[in-house]
Amino acid sequence: MLLVHLYSMSLEGLVLVLDVGPSMHALLPEIEKVCSMLVQKKLIYNKYDEVGVVVFGTADTKNDLTVEVGGYENVMVLRDVKVVDGDLIEAVQQLPRGSAHGDFLDAIVVGMDMLIKKYGPTNKGKKRLCLITNALTPIKDPYEGSKEDQVNTVAAQMMTHGMKMDCIIIRANQDWGVRKEIVKENDFLLDVFSTRSSSKKVYVESATSLLGALRTRNISPVTIYRGDFELSSKLKIKVWIYKKTSEEKFPSLKKYSDKAPPTDKFATHEIKVDYEYKSIEDPNRVVPPEQRIKGYRYGPQVVPISSAEWEAVKFKPEKGVKLLGFTDVSNIMRQYYMRDVNIFIAEPGNTKATLAVSALARAMKDMDKVAIIRCVWRQGQANVVVGVLTPNVSEKDNIPDSFYFNVLPFAEDVREFQFPSFSNLPPSVQPNEQQQQAADKLVQMLELAPSGKEEALQPNLTPNPVLERYYRSLELKSKDPDAAIPPLDETLRKITEPDAELLYQNRAVIEEFRTSFELKENPKLKKSSRRVLREKPSGSSEEGEGVSDVGQAMDAIEYTSNVKVGKIGDSNPVQDFEAMISRRDSPQWITKAIQSMKDKIFDLVENSFEGDTYEKALECLGALRKGCILEQEPKQFNDFLHHLHKFCQEKNLSSFSEYLMSHEMMLISKNEAPESDVPEHEARLLTVKKEPKAEQDPETVPLDVGRL
Amino acid sequence: MDIDPDDVFRDDDDPEDEFHQERDATKEMLVYLVDASPKMFSTTFPSEDQKDVSHFQIAVRSIAQSLKTQIINRSYDEVAICFFNTREKKNLQDLNGVYVFNVPEREDLDRPTARLIKEFDRIEESFDKQIGSKYGILPGTRDNSLYNAFWAAQAILRKGSAKTADKRILLFTNEDDPFGNMKGVTKMDMMRTTLQRAKDAQDLGILIELLPLSRPDEDFNMSTFYAELLGLEGNDLAEFKALIGERFEDMKDQLRKRIFRKRKVRRINFIIAGGISIELNTYALVRPTNPGAITWLDSVTNLPIKAERSFFCSDTGALLQEPPKLFQTYKNENIMFSANELSEIKRVSTGHLRLLGFKPLSCLKDYHNLRPSTFVFPSDEEVIGSTCIFIALHRSMLRLKRFAVAFYGSSTHPQLVALVAQDEIVSTSGQIEPPGMHMIYLPYSDDIRPVEELHTDTNPMAPRATEDQIKSASLLVKRVDLKNFSVCQFANPALQRHYAVLQALALDEDEMPDTKDETLPDEEGLARPGIVKALEEFKLSVYGENFEEENDLMNNEKTSEASKKRKAIAENATKEYANYDWLDLADNGKLKELTVVELKYYLTRHNLPVTGKKEALISRILTHMGK
Repeated sequence: MLLVHLYSMSLEGLVLVLDVGPSMHALLPEIEKVCSMLVQKKLIYNKYDEVGVVVFGTADTKNDLTVEVGGYENVMVLRDVKVVDGDLIEAVQQLPRGSAHGDFLDAIVVGMDMLIKKYGPTNKGKKRLCLITNALTPIKDPYEGSKEDQVNTVAAQMMTHGMKMDCIIIRANQDWGVRKEIVKENDFLLDVFSTRSSSKKVYVESATSLLGALRTRNISPVTIYRGDFELSSKLKIKVWIYKKTSEEKFPSLKKYSDKAPPTDKFATHEIKVDYEYKSIEDPNRVVPPEQRIKGYRYGPQVVPISSAEWEAVKFKPEKGVKLLGFTDVSNIMRQYYMRDVNIFIAEPGNTKATLAVSALARAMKDMDKVAIIRCVWRQGQANVVVGVLTPNVSEKDNIPDSFYFNVLPFAEDVREFQFPSFSNLPPSVQPNEQQQQAADKLVQMLELAPSGKEEALQPNLTPNPVLERYYRSLELKSKDPDAAIPPLDETLRKITEPDAELLYQNRAVIEEFRTSFELKENPKLKKSSRRVLREKPSGSSEEGEGVSDVGQAMDAIEYTSNVKVGKIGDSNPVQDFEAMISRRDSPQWITKAIQSMKDKIFDLVENSFEGDTYEKALECLGALRKGCILEQEPKQFNDFLHHLHKFCQEKNLSSFSEYLMSHEMMLISKNEAPESDVPEHEARLLTVKKEPKAEQDPETVPLDVGRL
Repeated sequence: MDIDPDDVFRDDDDPEDEFHQERDATKEMLVYLVDASPKMFSTTFPSEDQKDVSHFQIAVRSIAQSLKTQIINRSYDEVAICFFNTREKKNLQDLNGVYVFNVPEREDLDRPTARLIKEFDRIEESFDKQIGSKYGILPGTRDNSLYNAFWAAQAILRKGSAKTADKRILLFTNEDDPFGNMKGVTKMDMMRTTLQRAKDAQDLGILIELLPLSRPDEDFNMSTFYAELLGLEGNDLAEFKALIGERFEDMKDQLRKRIFRKRKVRRINFIIAGGISIELNTYALVRPTNPGAITWLDSVTNLPIKAERSFFCSDTGALLQEPPKLFQTYKNENIMFSANELSEIKRVSTGHLRLLGFKPLSCLKDYHNLRPSTFVFPSDEEVIGSTCIFIALHRSMLRLKRFAVAFYGSSTHPQLVALVAQDEIVSTSGQIEPPGMHMIYLPYSDDIRPVEELHTDTNPMAPRATEDQIKSASLLVKRVDLKNFSVCQFANPALQRHYAVLQALALDEDEMPDTKDETLPDEEGLARPGIVKALEEFKLSVYGENFEEENDLMNNEKTSEASKKRKAIAENATKEYANYDWLDLADNGKLKELTVVELKYYLTRHNLPVTGKKEALISRILTHMGK
């Protein structure tokens, strides 16, 4: 019983409250993405969590409250609070596009009502609302009291029921015109929520940060240390220490075994790993695991030490966190931070400790000082950690001050390599005044944190593009096991590539920078060892392409495999082919596209089971035909079609020939492409008569069966 | 490499090994060639313990230190220690004035052993008796100890091919004019043959490096002889600095920095904008040093064993080859991915560094960190002009107090990085911070936890320190000041202990050495009246008079709560314990039919540890019963 209880304790009940009104339509695709990612992660890591979805700004109204008490128009419950499943993903991926103005407060109340009805007073602290809106429409005036009073009441309710709320407020453009007053009012009201309840408010201005703003995975934080922070043996502050950053790792997949018979419904398909230990001298002799002893290398020697022996002599520090002293912040350079970061907060509820941390943090901040401390997190830990505490003075009134903790290196961890001073380098590599100015401008103008606007690529709001791509691929594969890996999402490309708009705005600065410096290959270097320049874009050549090409030139280096389609995949062969054949960065793409498409068609035909791929093959063939006409390569297609027929006859696949006939697949005639040597009246004949040419002289057929 | 399931030190999650270990394509073979002439003993410096230290002592102490570092970090490298201008001789060619120092069970050029380190530690005492100092280039004799030294060193380095190993001779001397005693044709002749000897060595791919020891008042004149030997001209010569130091510590620091060669991790392309892309080398300047991998041995023979891994199908028990497919269970289905597909997913950019823009340094927060940083320095090896662009950007970034944000598209760990420009910092002990940029790996939003909000105060206002409290904290901060604190001034006590124990065991010593934990607070310093007073005042201003009582009270509450809980569990266990016939269950092998909770009744009742898997619990019970 105890177990069940603990289990239910860790469940999260979440209601997504999403604005789908007219002004939100442009952003809904991003919201769909981030919400489905959230659900997907729950399906993997917290599959018993329960999620409901409320949308507002719809023409329709569908919720309990409107029935029970009236009002609450334009708020629709898309899904009641229940355990996450595949249907939920479908639901959040196809959010309705609303046509009415929504009232976010109504929607919040509907969401709260759902949580209260579902959980009652239980599940405290695990009930969460997540509001995504641009808050551009006013909330309705209440029957009595002010809007502020109303918000206060709702916030108080939230507190009593132990609910938390994350508000993501989208400010895509700052040009509100007449709505300025509304925006101001809404900002104020949402502020009330964050001061009066456990709400967090985040403003996002770009689609990329919208994807990063919603916490898609809820990890319950665990302290790594609770106890004294000793300033001296007589003065100790009670602290709790948590991880502040911790890398969310790429999921570790299990190895798949296909040995279980397909009929076995309960097969786990998992793989067990066994280790066997063998003597290196005599590989036939197996050493049982308990007969092993640990050895440590010391130069050429390996020193055997048993665990017991080691236990007796090893370094055994006492658990504790001790102050060594304070030092100037300039003494600790940023590059010496070694690991992920911890946070020290005063013991919750301990006012004196909170004050002590607050006083120290504020004093250190004023004086530009940091504290150096020595930590042993738990008893029995075999090493100590020396690190630096930096003050984290809270900007929000209801959040206490705290410290960040970063691990510093030991003497053994640092390599003191010597590098030449820049000033000692020869004059040929010293930038001249004009070059320095060009660099200054570039550093100043390629601004990611413009004043008055959102700082781009803030770590707090930047999602991991690799994880996003993985989860999207997972969902695609769950529907079609052969689904190809999707390209990186357009919105996430802003993380891996410079913002095209920023580059365009600064094209003059970039151009000046480019022309100020000269880069050339080292002529002394052997050809074979060259590597870097090959990947250089054409934009750097001496002709100096137009400035408008800057963005394109940047693109040309990247993504031969993704953005620019470089091969024909399984899921969208026609599109891939079209993308490939229209590539203009090299004339070889045409030949390559045609060849790949031919291979693909052969694959499809050959691997068909009772004609299941014929339709796709026909589509491909159609695309190939079109492409060959456009690119004036009729012979390529005609020869291929002949060859394909012959192939079908040899392989007893005449059903495909017939299928083509019935769909009137023809050779390319002279009328369609002047270079064709097939007169129009013969184009159709292929399929009825045997093709003597191909039979007589298979060598002339460009595509050799042996190559397939 | 051995596969080892129990290897606690290996970071399985991080396939990018370069992160923790630099890739070493080649090993290094190094001959320390130490001048032992009387002049090396006569020049002295004051050191921190007030005793004068000679150039010779500086040299051997630096070598002793580097041997210890090497056996930990780079134990595959081979070293030889060779003195010249010695009274005794010991070398393969039986040359006069050259003494190759070695210990038994070791070739002259070999990996450092525990014994070598130990004996070399005593060289200062034993030198005079065993080897002795005697200048070897004197009028009237044809002996040329410097020539002999190069010859001997070259002979030692004949081992192994220059392709697979970096070969170096590191020459320590304080004599800038080795042939100063000689005159006329003999002198010319000796210089010529010595230079030729050195050139022969260099032609064989051996790098000769000079560590000229000097004093502020005496210039080490490179042009008398050594410039020609090293082939230094013009700029290079002007840049070449002798090691000058007022103090022993400065000299030692400079030597330490010059003994180790820098190794780059890789060369990357930094794509800036407008098609400009420059060449950078990356270096791992800070990486955690671990106590090395465990080598498993057969405890009977003490010979190394290897682990063989085999895969079994959980469903059928069939033996499998390395499985080609991986899967994730999702929506009650097994979704399959091939290794290629997974690497395709991770390939979101090319493997280079791509500039996205710049931000003010204030945007880089203290919690924007995940892993140790990587240093980048420009190179013109492939693309001429890279260094110039890099220096220009470096200066602009320093001057404008801005850092660059870039995307580093490594194949396993594509990540946003901050490039922070670091200006060169130089002190009397040489370069402290090299000029260049540090690549700091930034977290994604998925990696940052909103811990601060976790304990949001129920009041709209969380407790905040008053001005007075902040003031008393300021006084405390000012008092407890670590003046010359430098990052990494502490040796890692766990590692020191580890290697001290290994050294003792490797040498079969009975007594375990004591190591000092430098990381403990300076109790003596903290007991100074000024600090004690500042601490007291701070305590008073925050905690008031009743600090001890309140703390004790809280502790008592806690302990009583915890102990109550423990007591309740124990009582319950005792009660439940009586419901089973444990002996009978054990005899009939029925313990495994009990649940873990049930097994714990027994363990709790008998005060045994309750941790571990079910099998462990059962075997613990059986052991306790004596079965």
